[in-house]
Amino acid sequence: MADSRKLRVLVAKPGLDGHDRGAKVIARALRDAGMEVIYTGIRQTPQMIVEAAIQEDVDAILMSILSGAHMAIFPKVMELLKENGVDDVLVMAGGILPDEDLPAIKGMGIQGNFGPGTPMSAIIDYVRSHVSPARLSQPLGPVSKAGAAIESPAGGAEPGQAAQ
Amino acid sequence: MADSSPIVERLLSGDRRALARIVTLIENGAPEARPILAQLHAHGGRAHVVGFTGSPGAGKSTLVTAVARELRARGQRVAIVAVDPTSPFTGGAILGDRIRMMELAGDPNVFIRSMASRGSLGGLAASTRDVVRALDAAGFDTVIVETVGAGQAEVEIVRAAQTVVVVTVPGMGDDIQAIKAGILEIADVFVVNKADRPGADQTAAELRMLLSLDERRKEREWRVPIVKTSAASGQGVPELVDRLAAHLKFLQTSGQLAARGERQARSEMLALLHQALLAKIEATVGPEEWQGLIAEVVERATDPYTAAETIAARIGLAPALGSWE
Repeated sequence: MADSRKLRVLVAKPGLDGHDRGAKVIARALRDAGMEVIYTGIRQTPQMIVEAAIQEDVDAILMSILSGAHMAIFPKVMELLKENGVDDVLVMAGGILPDEDLPAIKGMGIQGNFGPGTPMSAIIDYVRSHVSPARLSQPLGPVSKAGAAIESPAGGAEPGQAAQ
Repeated sequence: MADSSPIVERLLSGDRRALARIVTLIENGAPEARPILAQLHAHGGRAHVVGFTGSPGAGKSTLVTAVARELRARGQRVAIVAVDPTSPFTGGAILGDRIRMMELAGDPNVFIRSMASRGSLGGLAASTRDVVRALDAAGFDTVIVETVGAGQAEVEIVRAAQTVVVVTVPGMGDDIQAIKAGILEIADVFVVNKADRPGADQTAAELRMLLSLDERRKEREWRVPIVKTSAASGQGVPELVDRLAAHLKFLQTSGQLAARGERQARSEMLALLHQALLAKIEATVGPEEWQGLIAEVVERATDPYTAAETIAARIGLAPALGSWE
């Protein structure tokens, strides 16, 4: 199982700047580290990022942003994730994030210390060591519990994992 | 229905996260996937599964997006499975089909899933068919499967789709010569994409000629149409969608859909029995016994037939093999 359980990560470029060289380099490095990287392209809205993360069932979301709009976009991404009951996905950010914003970014639940000069190995290692262990050890995971924004057809919370 | 596990109930009720997680389980070959797939089977069989294949750069992703948009305009719910190659060196993959499908974002009646081929040749991943099964059960009217950019031998899509679209582009005259052997034979519909470029008519004419040379063509009741499209501008896309629907209709009325379903069920069951048999053998015959028998065959102390019979006897299969004598 360990071998077949590949990490799936979303590399997204939110906001209106089109400078995606960095995002592409990171996508490539994660691929070379054996991960499956879903690359969305530029000009992603928070809705698009969260929707892609849900459909692709990724373990981690990496956002690259250079436009300075991070304090507008990141909270929206986190809010939408929460609204959709996605609480087990690792969220990371890089690009141009001023030092003074980092505590606030971290407060949102985003690790934002991956700016210019970060060694690739630091990003790869961080993904590997911080992907939610619950995602890896409980294949049915939190999805089988009642999610915040998900109507349960059974009409309420279900007890724990689906019994198999 | 009463026996469905909660996550399956969620999928059936349209919960996209449950669907996405089930797809992950299937992709990973997780033990949890098996009972789920068994439950999903009863809910499938309604979707029209359409495969898109063709050379890298032919514009498959853009065309799939345009087709999905047209299907949406006709009121259908659409799922897309886009397969990209896994690096044979690192095991990683970059799945970039969503870049071209951006305009479908935000539509709750579209579900897009990227898959890495994970070492499978043939243009699909090993689990693509089961992923299609999940999407079918989730109630999508059309499930589009986009293969890895394919050459001559990537014809696995035939086993996964009901209608196969082969996408080519103008200005690849020699390329058509190259594809005629493998991919030409699997097309139910041909597309000459990027038809706004010069040479589209010529490419279509060449294809028509190649199709007319197909010996088996007379036996087939379906006449393979050639549709010129420009996926970027949308030209020809409504006609293509009409042709897809016509092919489905043809499969239904000719009885070929049922025949296809039968073939598929048989091959799936045989594959599963094969797996079960191997598992049983592995559980019954220890690695030392295996190794011993292999060594005996190599040294010609016994022969492979007798050795196989010995193993078959250990799992109680001797009478079935008796006829070999």
